[in-house]
Amino acid sequence: MTDRPLLELDRLSAHYVTGRGTRVVRAVDEVSLTLRPGETLGVVGESGSGKTTLALTILRLLPPAARIVSGALRFDGEDLLAKSPNEMRRIRGKRIAMILQDPMASLNPLFTVGDQVAEPVRVHEHASRRSARERAGALLRAVRIPAAAQRLREYPHQMSGGMRQRIVGAIAISCEPQLLIADEPTTSLDVTIQAQYLKLLRDIQREHGLALIFITHNLGIVARMCDSVAVMYAGRVIESGPVRQIFNAPAHPYTQALIESIPRLGGGPERLTAIDGQPPDLATLPRGCSFQARCPRVVDRCREDDPPTVQLSTEHSARCWLAKP
Amino acid sequence: MRRFVLRRLAYAALSLFLLSVTIFFFVRVTGDPTVLLVEPGASKSDLEALRHDLGLDRSLAVQYGAFMRDILRGDFGRSFYYRTPVLELYVSRLPNSILLAAAAMAFSLLIGIPSGILAAVRVGGFWDSAGKLFALLGLSMPSFWVGLLLILFFSVYLGWLPSSGSGTAWHVLMPAFALGWYFAAAHMRLTRSSMLEVLGSEYVKLARLKGLPEMRVIAKHAFKNALIPVLTLAGINLVLMVNVAVVVETVFAWPGIGRLLYEGIAFRDFPVVQATVLLAGSMIVVVNLVVDVLYAVIDPRIRYER
Amino acid sequence: MSVSPAPAAPSPVASAPFTYRVPRIRTEGLPMLPIVILVTLAVLAVLADVIAPHNPEIGSLSQRFRPPAWIAGGSTEHLLGTDHIGRDVLSRLIFGARVSMIVGFTAVIIAGVLGSTLGILSGYLGGWVDQVIMRVTDTWLALPGLTFAIFLAAIVGPSEWNIVIILGAVYWTRYARVIRSEVLSLKERDFVRLAIVAGCSKWTIMRRHLLPNVLNTAIVLATLMLGVVIVTEAALSFLGVGVPPPKPAWGLMLADGKKGLMAGYWWLTVFPGLCIVLMVLAANLLGDWLRVKLDPQLRQL
Repeated sequence: MTDRPLLELDRLSAHYVTGRGTRVVRAVDEVSLTLRPGETLGVVGESGSGKTTLALTILRLLPPAARIVSGALRFDGEDLLAKSPNEMRRIRGKRIAMILQDPMASLNPLFTVGDQVAEPVRVHEHASRRSARERAGALLRAVRIPAAAQRLREYPHQMSGGMRQRIVGAIAISCEPQLLIADEPTTSLDVTIQAQYLKLLRDIQREHGLALIFITHNLGIVARMCDSVAVMYAGRVIESGPVRQIFNAPAHPYTQALIESIPRLGGGPERLTAIDGQPPDLATLPRGCSFQARCPRVVDRCREDDPPTVQLSTEHSARCWLAKP
Repeated sequence: MRRFVLRRLAYAALSLFLLSVTIFFFVRVTGDPTVLLVEPGASKSDLEALRHDLGLDRSLAVQYGAFMRDILRGDFGRSFYYRTPVLELYVSRLPNSILLAAAAMAFSLLIGIPSGILAAVRVGGFWDSAGKLFALLGLSMPSFWVGLLLILFFSVYLGWLPSSGSGTAWHVLMPAFALGWYFAAAHMRLTRSSMLEVLGSEYVKLARLKGLPEMRVIAKHAFKNALIPVLTLAGINLVLMVNVAVVVETVFAWPGIGRLLYEGIAFRDFPVVQATVLLAGSMIVVVNLVVDVLYAVIDPRIRYER
Repeated sequence: MSVSPAPAAPSPVASAPFTYRVPRIRTEGLPMLPIVILVTLAVLAVLADVIAPHNPEIGSLSQRFRPPAWIAGGSTEHLLGTDHIGRDVLSRLIFGARVSMIVGFTAVIIAGVLGSTLGILSGYLGGWVDQVIMRVTDTWLALPGLTFAIFLAAIVGPSEWNIVIILGAVYWTRYARVIRSEVLSLKERDFVRLAIVAGCSKWTIMRRHLLPNVLNTAIVLATLMLGVVIVTEAALSFLGVGVPPPKPAWGLMLADGKKGLMAGYWWLTVFPGLCIVLMVLAANLLGDWLRVKLDPQLRQL
């Protein structure tokens, strides 16, 4: 494993401009992240915090209304922002892959499973129909789908949710990517299946040496799966670092509140702590820290200036006026 | 699959039954059957005899029974004007209408689908705006007026195309254009919106995430899915075309069943009118059935429906 | 017409100069084109007797087939020319607007009221009422509107009022279908359940809770149907089973126009057709705008 990071984001920003220039939504705001080969990074946040937009930004698949306005994006040493659309296309699916949240919607209902799993192989490696088909069968077996040969001929609607998500996983690893981005892959699965699926992801990651970005709102999964975590709020990464450090000593009030809101068994009858209020409208962010309206420890400074990124240790940083190294 | 087909068949049979009842009802009850079913010009004493012959003095249920019995035997009455069984007339004219409808449908799909796809893929651009304008005009212009304009332009002014009759490919051009114009607009609209919806779907998103070339994403993943509703509509429209071509056929004196209907009303030849309407409705019910089954063939999800 | 702003400081009425503020009509967001067209047609229809230069039903044979004023042989007497009996085309068009508007709106209203009522009954009451209404609706929907209308017209004979009733009888099924499915989904909503729990009778629920909610859909559908009805009426008149002569209907004018077509008397075909297109266009545009404005989910209409 080399020391060079696989993925580097340096103050990357992506904005949506709508209403003919009048409304600017800072969906991804000065995000800096590093990911090493084989590492698992969890990206945590509420709905609307910008997690999915971040993933699409990395893959440069933003809708036409959005634009990357500043910052740097490097993958395996290469500058992704400088790539032509065709070059990006060759990276997608082959070197960086992504799993979406809803497996039923992700699969085309009119084509067989085999066709869809074999497709990336056929396109990226120019494989023949037959060899791609064999690869597809092997892939289905790799994601532990029973009777793989039979399944190749079936259609997505004939499968259960858990199986469909595995198929989507098979599609993702079909060309042996270096990085896999999983956007809430277990959210739409039954609880009983979630654990199996997570184990599968872990195993695949180990076998293939994949780096994994796991987007979720579930801190429990983060604790189990991830090496490091980045907490997002209103389009910004407000705290990031190794999982252990963040869970033991969260520096940002939002992170603290998130961890505290995890219900725990066996702690006696306590009130469930929730975070008051709603996430802010990304088009009209307040001056200063975007968490000010809901922060239990807000001070005047928070309303005046943007908090800087405070480095609390070599790997742990937080954007808060109250954070002290 | 088989159960699906059987259910659709039963449903179609019920519709046919209700259709015959409706038509029967309107003729015998709301209309005046003595005037309608009797040749114009019959004398008063003849009327009485004919009343009895037609069984108009018997109860409605019995009359309906006779009516259905005749129909199932293929006896739709005789035309007053042509003095031949109506069914014969109808069957001889039907192929012409089908030909016209097929030509019009081909035209409407050839224009409608590509322009719809182009508008969707280049949404907001020139082709989209042009397409929207075309759709708006097409849906607002009555087909027979388009036909009249075409005659004015191509027959009267330019003298290129024959204005009436049938027989050669030249004769088909204008009627097909006139008939298909409206449907081209409708198909274009549906293709565009269907394509837009599909282009925004998750599986197209995933296709792009797989790194597939955009052409492949559109042609393979988006196209087939987008086409489903359009083809369904086209199937329904085809049989619709056969039947609403009344006015276009009249304008161009095209010898189809539409023109037959017109002749029926112009010559007060009611058996023709009644039969044409009945057969029109039946045709549509049958074709809807076929389209439903075909739909199940294309879209595997439908086959396994309850 | 200029607008004078009201004086900034209120002064006693007696000494203040009289300023007249023209009420500003908000025009942003309104679809101006279809509204202008429809209003113009309505004005023409109402004021036809005053506006039209000639009697639409009487013509002089010495003036037959005169072309429009800007072509050689035409005169300003008959701005848009005359037909085969010498009747003024412009006057006939104006009076034709009256026919089209009356027939169009009345038919749409009849169809709408009938269809919506049956749709609500069918959707809410369910059971055999639903089955019966739905089967009839499906069957009638199987018949193309034009064919069915021709059939009915052949039976009852053409007259202006018969046409309106026939059109209403043919097109109510479009409403019933749509309204019924909307009622089906409304039925499951909480406000209906609350009303049931509160003890409202079925009729009250249908009248006070369901009806206002389906009104949006009904209105959008009505504007879309207006275009269809106009074209059907024109087609019926063209075929001779619609509005009977000598009343001026645009469809009839087209039928008459056909007689002069081969001789090149284009104005008898182009102008009535343009009127029809304008009215249908306005109805369609208005319907589209309403559809987007009232509920984007009505896309499937």
